[in-house]
Amino acid sequence: MLSRQANNLYWMSRQIERAENTARLLDVTYRMSLLPYRITDSEQAWAEPWALPLVINGLASDYYDSNPGPLTSDKVLRFMVLDSTNPSSIYSLMHAARENGRSMRGVMTAEMYEDLNAMWLELRGRSEVALNQGGINEFFEWIKTQSHQFRGVTFGTMLRDEAYQFIRLGTFMERADNTVRLLDVKYHTLLPSPAEVGGAVDYYQWSAMLRSVSALSSYRRIYRDVITPTRVAELLILREDLPRSLHACMNEIYEILRGLCRRDSMEPERLAGELHAQLHFGRVEQVMETGLHEYLMEFLEKLHSLNDELNDHFLAPVYDHYGKNTLGRTQNQGA
Amino acid sequence: MNSTRPYDEMRAADGSIRPHYRAHAEWLAEKPEDFLPQKQREANALYTRQGITFAVYGDESGTERSIPFDIIPRIIRPAAWKIINDGACQRVRALNAFLKDVYHGQEIIKAGLIPAAQVTGNPAYRPEMQGMKVPGDVYVHIAGVDIVKTDDGQFFVLEDNLRTPSGVSYMLENRKMMMRLFPDLFGRMPVAPIDHYTDVLLENLRAVAPDHASHPTVVVMTPGSYNSAYFEHAFLAQQMGVELVEGEDLFVANDIVYMRTTEGPQRVDVIYRRIDDDYLDPLAFRPDSTLGVPGIFAAYRAGNVTLANAIGTGVADDKSTYLYVPQMIEFYLGEKPIISNVPTYMLSKPDDLAYTLAHLPELVVKEVQGSGGYGMLVGPTSTKEQIAEFRKRIEQNPANYIAQPTLALSTCPTFCDSDILPRHVDLRPYVLSGKTVTLVPGGLTRVALREGSLVVNSSQGGGTKDTWVLEDN
Repeated sequence: MLSRQANNLYWMSRQIERAENTARLLDVTYRMSLLPYRITDSEQAWAEPWALPLVINGLASDYYDSNPGPLTSDKVLRFMVLDSTNPSSIYSLMHAARENGRSMRGVMTAEMYEDLNAMWLELRGRSEVALNQGGINEFFEWIKTQSHQFRGVTFGTMLRDEAYQFIRLGTFMERADNTVRLLDVKYHTLLPSPAEVGGAVDYYQWSAMLRSVSALSSYRRIYRDVITPTRVAELLILREDLPRSLHACMNEIYEILRGLCRRDSMEPERLAGELHAQLHFGRVEQVMETGLHEYLMEFLEKLHSLNDELNDHFLAPVYDHYGKNTLGRTQNQGA
Repeated sequence: MNSTRPYDEMRAADGSIRPHYRAHAEWLAEKPEDFLPQKQREANALYTRQGITFAVYGDESGTERSIPFDIIPRIIRPAAWKIINDGACQRVRALNAFLKDVYHGQEIIKAGLIPAAQVTGNPAYRPEMQGMKVPGDVYVHIAGVDIVKTDDGQFFVLEDNLRTPSGVSYMLENRKMMMRLFPDLFGRMPVAPIDHYTDVLLENLRAVAPDHASHPTVVVMTPGSYNSAYFEHAFLAQQMGVELVEGEDLFVANDIVYMRTTEGPQRVDVIYRRIDDDYLDPLAFRPDSTLGVPGIFAAYRAGNVTLANAIGTGVADDKSTYLYVPQMIEFYLGEKPIISNVPTYMLSKPDDLAYTLAHLPELVVKEVQGSGGYGMLVGPTSTKEQIAEFRKRIEQNPANYIAQPTLALSTCPTFCDSDILPRHVDLRPYVLSGKTVTLVPGGLTRVALREGSLVVNSSQGGGTKDTWVLEDN
């Protein structure tokens, strides 16, 4: 298929997945902000739960540029949900996904496009007032449902061709990226003072984070014990049976790339295989010895390299005038 | 001309229903009162949900709208269809022959039938095409011939669209919509099918591939998703099962056109391009074009790729060349025109100009190169101020305009809010040329939704209808 089409589909599914992850994160933040154990008096500036979604998505400075004054839940929500000037708001992500999809309607099934279009039309119709009246939880549920639904329609109707593989690839690349960021920020910004480890605040923070990736009940079923950082790391990094873990994501990515890569484009497959092997044969003790933050940052870097390789080989190849791929590093901003 | 009532396609002068509308009328009479309003709402909702939209240039508020769709079909008798079919095909055959002649020996100029200035002085004439052989001598692979009816069996061609005529997706989508809304009606009436349009199109495009290609790769080329007809470009590509490409998807190496794919470069043989000549190749035409592909014209001239339609077809479809189409039909085909031209005044001629300026309130005046219903004056429905303003524009550059008598376009029953009322219509059938010249039995019926309006363009408040050609049985 055309590289541009693969690129549009890849980013469409990344954007929908990112919108879902943002909704999940805001939902959890909202729940945390209602807890009696808010650590508002903590010395850590980022302990304010409403700063979390900004930090995780690397949007703190963008937010402060357009929102002077003290950080409030209303302002963060507006910025992250309906602010069309913030390219990472749910509104902007869904708009971008729909625009990417609109130019790809020839490749998708009619059901997929209708679903995407209806989702956008409804989102566009939701004003801030309606959002507050209907309840923010209802909205987050709605976004999650839309994302589930689109994935379901895709799974249920689309030909298992290359286009399908690039849509899936986008979903899992974005999901892996999100899981890394979530784990890292929890580790860094929410870890309370040593005295509080194992305490109530710690428990609520970890459980909220697990809930944001729908993993709390899975944790309980697997471990049947208190929540510890090591187990959370094991669950979200190494367990392949948890659908949002890094291992589960890399299983999918590696499988997809084994199908897509050809003799002259083996590098993406090799890199994905390396990442996959690291998770498949890794032990959580190793992770903790390396240091969770260091481990995650190294992983994220490799994930970004993989994204670059995808650009060079599939999504935005550059040819010289003999028709040969230059394999140069290309900057891809998404569409 | 305006004093008499326009020809009503459903009702005869005595108010009785014409035979070919009877089955529809009987069917409708069986339905409850709120049937049509409910179906109209359903149709509107489906079109919005499916995202079948067009963009309106100059409309900042919402760049996408659904095109208004009317749920009452326009029904055409077999005998009337034969005139349209034969007349439109005849015209396209003559226009193709004219284009071949223009870009080769120019016999028609030598014969004194068309002034040389009309051809080589035309802004749409492409000297780059002179002497170039195109596969099968086909220049116009897809033509949209706009036809109006004024009386029983009396048709006129309003204009020939030979560059990148649009609207065929609405023809096909409207039929799908009607079959979804009123399946039982199709059981009662012998409506000729049109779904094979894209099959015929693909077959024709393959037939004009360069010789080197035994299994030609065909693509549809679009200016991009912000083009007003983008939906149609995507629709056609999908229906034919070919790639929809933009300029950036293609590149030229050694005079060969390739597309960038996930499996590396892939050679392209036939391009159904929906992008104007001017923007096709910044090296050959407008250097500021970012929509085109550098070097594609060289590849075309080298015979390594076929463009459909060919470059330079605009010389045959502007409103001043239109005047000469009847002569072309006689000159190239030795036939009499089956469908007449509308009498046309060329305002570059002093006599015609004087007559036109004296009769503006009763004439239609159009720009020679205009399209889409922009830049035209419909005298009878315009205010004094509008006429005065247009008079100034004509006087500044008379050669830029033609004038025609205001035709009493036929009307079709149309569902307006709660009533079925007569509204003016035209018809654009799509003529396809490859090995043969054909058209599927149907076309896009455009309807002027405003009472009394004669402008059917979607950009000017027009809507569309499904067009039913009845089969003999």
